[in-house]
Amino acid sequence: MSSKKREVYAAFKAAFPYTIPVLTGFLVLGMAYGVLMKTSGFETKWAVAMSLIAFCGSMQFAAINLLLSPFNPIQALILSIMVNARHIFYGISMLEKYKGLGKTRNFLIYTLCDETFSIVSGVTVPKDINKKYFYFAISFLDYIYWTMGTLLGCVLGGFITFSTEGLDFALTALFVVLFIEQTKKGKVSKISGVIGIISALIALLIFGADNVVIPAMIIILVLLLSGRKKLC
Amino acid sequence: MLTPFEIFIIIIMVALGTMFTRFLPFILFPENKKPPETILYLGGVLPSAMMGLLVVYCLRNVSFTSSSHGIPEIIAIASIVIIHKLKNNVLLSIGASTVIYMVLVQAIF
Repeated sequence: MSSKKREVYAAFKAAFPYTIPVLTGFLVLGMAYGVLMKTSGFETKWAVAMSLIAFCGSMQFAAINLLLSPFNPIQALILSIMVNARHIFYGISMLEKYKGLGKTRNFLIYTLCDETFSIVSGVTVPKDINKKYFYFAISFLDYIYWTMGTLLGCVLGGFITFSTEGLDFALTALFVVLFIEQTKKGKVSKISGVIGIISALIALLIFGADNVVIPAMIIILVLLLSGRKKLC
Repeated sequence: MLTPFEIFIIIIMVALGTMFTRFLPFILFPENKKPPETILYLGGVLPSAMMGLLVVYCLRNVSFTSSSHGIPEIIAIASIVIIHKLKNNVLLSIGASTVIYMVLVQAIF
């Protein structure tokens, strides 16, 4: 093996364990998406194309309604920006970590979903592992899990006999554990974490379950900026 | 029913919207220029706030007034906190709590 190949292999080996919860959650949710697309009357190729090209989890479920409604591309664009607005905060958090990674960086940004963001912002790159390949491995694996889940859901949809109810809790658990890990990083992280929870709860109580994210992001921003002098 | 061309366009539009939100910060603050202090500060504190937001977001549809009263979620999350405190092993905490949650929602509630 060339030394580059060996480095990539080592990075995948180091990254894989961190992505196992995503493997579980994405296979289940990806399959649910595949099944739903098929039962909505769409061919496998469209479900897989959506997962490969747009790769945006909850927005893909919302997009099923768009695909069943009269053709309205502008509405699709605007809804997609609104539902995915949280990615803007992920990008701001990754500006430093994704620095100096060359062309790989574009792929990392293209596939920056909730789960990949959580892992990359919570985990330190292991010693002796190439940072670029490690981040690539996490992003690539998560991307493949989702697409494979979608394909499996389309193909096997009707054949699954055991109950997977509750298996997608793996993703909630991943976020809870990485939340705990984040808040261990110091007082500022702890306060910021509490701000995140409280802001989301306020947004949930006022705006309801369907409109949590954007109001919560605004409250988080206001609290973090106004408390900056006290936090630092 | 949309034509194949229209389906394709909708997929592209959903992707464009998503990629706008993913690429925007990296376009506004290119890597060869130092971002403003405020952005660097936010980059440092946002991750834990966003993790808090994601936890609440995942649980947003849990109803405390009907059927299971959110008890499986409360037990499963309490088990994550306890197991993680005891063993400090990310995979174990996630795996064990997911199994506990599955048993609770499938067999008990």
